[in-house]
Amino acid sequence: MQVTMTVNGEEISREIEGRLLLVHFLRDHLALTGTHWGCDTSNCGTCVVQMDGEPVKSCTVLAAMAGGHDITTVEGLEQGGELDAVQRGFMECHGLQCGFCTPGMLMTSRALLDGNPAPSEPQIREALSGQICRCTGYATIVRSVQWAAAEESGSRTTASQGESAGAPEPPAPDAPASEPAAASAGGAS
Amino acid sequence: MTLSTDATATAPDVVTSFEDNDKKPCGHGRMLRKEDPRFVRGKGRYVDDVQLPGMLHLAILRAPMAHARIVSVDTSLADAHPKVKLVVTGAMLADQGLAWMPTLSNDVQAVLATDKVRFQGQEVAFVVAEDRYAARDALELIDVDYEPLDPVVDVRTALAADAPVIRDDLEGKRDNHCFDWETGDAEATDAVFARADVVVSEDIVYPRVHPAPMETCGSVADFDPVDGRLTLWSTTQAPHAHRTLYAMVAGLPEHKIRVISPDIGGGFGNKVPIYPGYVCSVVGSLLTGKPVKWMEDRTENLVSTGFARDYVMRGEIAATSEGKILAIRTHVLADHGAFNGTAAPVKYPAGFFGVFTGSYDIEAAHCKMTAVHTNKAPGGVAYACSFRITEAVYLVERLVDCLAYELSADPVELRTRNFIQPDQFPYTTKTGWVYDSGDYEPTMQLAQRLADYDELRAEQAEKRARGELMGIGVAFFTEAVGAGPRKDMDILGLGMADGCELRVHPTGKAVVRLSVQSQGQGHETTFAQIVAQELGIPPQDIDVVHGDTDQTPFGLGTYGSRSTPVSGAAAALVARKVRDKARLIASGMLEVSVTDVEWAKGSFHVTGDPTAAVTIQDIAMRAHGAGDLPEGIEGGLEAQICYNPENLTYPHGAYICVVDIDPGTAQVKVRRFVAVDDCGTRINPMIIEGQVHGGLTDGVGMALMEMISFDEEGNCLSGSLMDYLIPTALEVPDWETGFTVTPSPHHPIGAKGVGESATVGSPPAVVNAVVDALKPYGVRHADMPLTPSRVWEAMRGSATPPI
Repeated sequence: MQVTMTVNGEEISREIEGRLLLVHFLRDHLALTGTHWGCDTSNCGTCVVQMDGEPVKSCTVLAAMAGGHDITTVEGLEQGGELDAVQRGFMECHGLQCGFCTPGMLMTSRALLDGNPAPSEPQIREALSGQICRCTGYATIVRSVQWAAAEESGSRTTASQGESAGAPEPPAPDAPASEPAAASAGGAS
Repeated sequence: MTLSTDATATAPDVVTSFEDNDKKPCGHGRMLRKEDPRFVRGKGRYVDDVQLPGMLHLAILRAPMAHARIVSVDTSLADAHPKVKLVVTGAMLADQGLAWMPTLSNDVQAVLATDKVRFQGQEVAFVVAEDRYAARDALELIDVDYEPLDPVVDVRTALAADAPVIRDDLEGKRDNHCFDWETGDAEATDAVFARADVVVSEDIVYPRVHPAPMETCGSVADFDPVDGRLTLWSTTQAPHAHRTLYAMVAGLPEHKIRVISPDIGGGFGNKVPIYPGYVCSVVGSLLTGKPVKWMEDRTENLVSTGFARDYVMRGEIAATSEGKILAIRTHVLADHGAFNGTAAPVKYPAGFFGVFTGSYDIEAAHCKMTAVHTNKAPGGVAYACSFRITEAVYLVERLVDCLAYELSADPVELRTRNFIQPDQFPYTTKTGWVYDSGDYEPTMQLAQRLADYDELRAEQAEKRARGELMGIGVAFFTEAVGAGPRKDMDILGLGMADGCELRVHPTGKAVVRLSVQSQGQGHETTFAQIVAQELGIPPQDIDVVHGDTDQTPFGLGTYGSRSTPVSGAAAALVARKVRDKARLIASGMLEVSVTDVEWAKGSFHVTGDPTAAVTIQDIAMRAHGAGDLPEGIEGGLEAQICYNPENLTYPHGAYICVVDIDPGTAQVKVRRFVAVDDCGTRINPMIIEGQVHGGLTDGVGMALMEMISFDEEGNCLSGSLMDYLIPTALEVPDWETGFTVTPSPHHPIGAKGVGESATVGSPPAVVNAVVDALKPYGVRHADMPLTPSRVWEAMRGSATPPI
């Protein structure tokens, strides 16, 4: 059958089998391999893309069902050479390790912030709970989304000043301790 | 010894505190990852992303039952499928001598079953077709006639006289015995137990779990019949070892095999063994002359690839009535599944389980182990276990808590008074392990401080009075990572050393080539930092190449947290070798003798005159440029090394977990988790923190949710993510981490491994917390996974082992 959809802003038309899953259509037919396939029961969420702005698990959508819809994959996040705030947030806050869940996490995070620009931590965790990450333990993913939210609201700098006024700035992770550690190790060698 | 806390306690602080960090250190320190730009763009390159012209797809037909004789296999309908190129059975492989392959434990494993199937999910036949859907269709068209046999499921009865013999493929095999192993001094231990005031015994099960990386296992084999060259993209943590084994198994010469381990979507030990699917893809490509891709699905991953744990332990601890631990004794029954595929150094069939004496200075210890075969998938060593140290640490940390229960002692106090003391290092344990360094008490104290331990106990007392269930779990562990000294440690005869090559280009940029293989641990960043620290070349200017056996030096790969201990040492030493040569060239450039040249990170200068200096970049250009070099110096600026570690590294940590249990539903909520780790010198604190977070999540998962279970027929009941439960963002708290620094004295930069520490240390912390919460019910022990139903049973005094 013939299917036509918009993928990352571009109209795509292909001849496909009716049973073809959207995840395989994107990966195998369009070579958009950022979207991953991590389970066969719709639990892991590594395949999440946006369909008309809503996050969907593309392993649980037939490519035929996406016909006439607007699909955005991780490859479509970057606009005009500018990374999206969620992409930068994940890099800044070490929200990824092996990178396999990352595309799905990014697409859900983007959709979350589009609907709720200032989510609370429980809201972030709830929004991401359809997705499994085996590497990060989620805390840095939560921070990454918070980073992106602050970045987009332009409040990150303001918030920072507010924090330092209200309470002493917390120590930067490890900054004070890592130098002497390195020095003493050097001595040990 | 340095103390500090990672600023992670509250999220809003973190958002701002990240601003102030040094993101461009020229060496150790917090540095954003070089890997990330491609991953956040969806431009990583994982095995299933590989698309080659004419590539075919392979799917595997698997056994529907645990134990059955194969009567016949009819592939005629599958052969006739219009998109099918090839159907291969065990009998066809047997004709080529490829039906069986060696495992990492010197056993053999069926690539495709010939005589009978020995576990549900075992490989029986494979299909190669034009696309992945057609390949799956054709599996349905293969007709296999099985004659069911009684399965062996219960490890406790596997050695019964009337138990069906699983391994009748092995000549003369009459039972399901796999191996026996023993460590420590039985007589001395028995003597100590005989005179001890207090002896506590407990049956402790570490259930079978699975590493379940988000990316499953797979491969793309591309055999070029003209050159006789095989290129194999595969999800392997040890590409060089795999290449050597393929050469031995397939009869292809090693220089004609190129194994490429591209970006790997998590490994966690799952991707160390060679799986039948890899071999099938190679056979598929050899027979079709086309590239052949095999990518297993989640069910295949869970039911057929390397499981973890499955130790049934009888643990005993002896102590004085004052709480001085005297001895530990254990008997272990290990379930290895149908084939012994355990990934462990040859002389260590039980891995490093011998470190079960933990962090305590005791008088005697003894372990006797029996490993058996059952009708289950092979494996055992995986899931960040550091070769069975998860089991060892779980055993000792549960036993110490059982002792605390009997003595009504505080678990922190009991541990602290039994710690090995800093001046005892290097410390030889009663089972012969030589711990390199440690200063345990400050680590424990920092964890107490971060957790407000005394406050927590006060809160718990109040809650108990109100009938609320709150538990505080403590665990303290010593890890043993960095396998290992080649005099003792090898994998199938390959010594566990690691190579490293460093080449500085004329313009001062560099490439460092590693034998280890990242699966997300950030090697591309941290190895550049190691070289930067030694050579003063910014990490951004250093490319890290790994995972391609044509491009990198030989070595044993990444698992057992061995990358930093072994390959990290190699990277530092190869950089120092380059620096030594650079010094000679610098002396020529500065026209002074070598002894008058001083190194200040990134440059050499004349002693006493810092202005007379040449940078490492100047030297690189000179090394490749025109004009004479000092007498006897070759052009170029590069070096290579093969590092043979003199010992393992022994990182340690103190973990405190706080749980709340709903008395009405028995659901456990992990409210807080404090983790203090000491891995010596910290190369990149941000990456270490991430490693710890991930491992803590493993621990919560194993303690509360995860288990690969079987019914009496040997059906695997956990073959999907519907049943094999992995924590999501809702099941874990925001981690609170801290660290101390006790460098490894024998490591070139004092660094120890850390990747598996949290997975090793956190399960006992969580279980200790749950058991602590259940103290009002008189519960001294309950086995993982502590699901609501199992906790409910424990609360009613009917806790049963999970197997």
